[in-house]
Amino acid sequence: MTPRIAVGIDLVDVREIARSIALFGERYVRRVFTDAEAAYARAVPGEMARRLAARFAAKEAVIKALRLRDRGVAWTSIEVVLRASGAPELVLSKTALDAAREGGLARFSLSLTHEGQMAAAIVVAEHVRLPKSRIWLHSASSARHGARR
Amino acid sequence: MNEQIRSILKEHARLAVDIATLADDGDLYQAGMTSHASVNVMLALEGAFDVEFPDRMLRRGVFESVTAIRTALEELTAGR
Repeated sequence: MTPRIAVGIDLVDVREIARSIALFGERYVRRVFTDAEAAYARAVPGEMARRLAARFAAKEAVIKALRLRDRGVAWTSIEVVLRASGAPELVLSKTALDAAREGGLARFSLSLTHEGQMAAAIVVAEHVRLPKSRIWLHSASSARHGARR
Repeated sequence: MNEQIRSILKEHARLAVDIATLADDGDLYQAGMTSHASVNVMLALEGAFDVEFPDRMLRRGVFESVTAIRTALEELTAGR
């Protein structure tokens, strides 16, 4: 029987993200994050690495949930966007979207958090078939500190 | 090429062991390389070998060992 849900989780050291930015600059940012993600991360001085760390954790959590490790997927095909309320949600495209469709995974919940130098994300994907070209996914933001992640 | 790859791994893979103790087919992830560290390895390889890894190569198997990385680089530089 096909599992009804798939789960992915990831933990990222913010200092590793800061190191990559320092070493590779814009090449790193553009390769891993979408323009919107990068713009959001840069919006508050001093928050860039932490915000990108949470987003990288979300991308890896999706890769784990969809079992994309051996498939070849661009990190930019997994995007974290924010609703007007500040809650994060996922938008998939290209290989990530194909994998979600093939697995019948069409509704995702995303939660992000960070504390000190660590950022984490958890993704729960549910089997719901939605014939849409882009899957806007339900999210559940951890409201710790009441701040946007 | 293997020594250049090993040099990049030493600097960027954040391994829990000395890269010199790993065989060419040793599993880098088992040796402690995280997913994020593999991004740094990829970017460093691209800079050192003047290549760009296409999306289809952004998978675990391509970066799992010195041999796997060499195979990928040889494919990307074929015909030069």
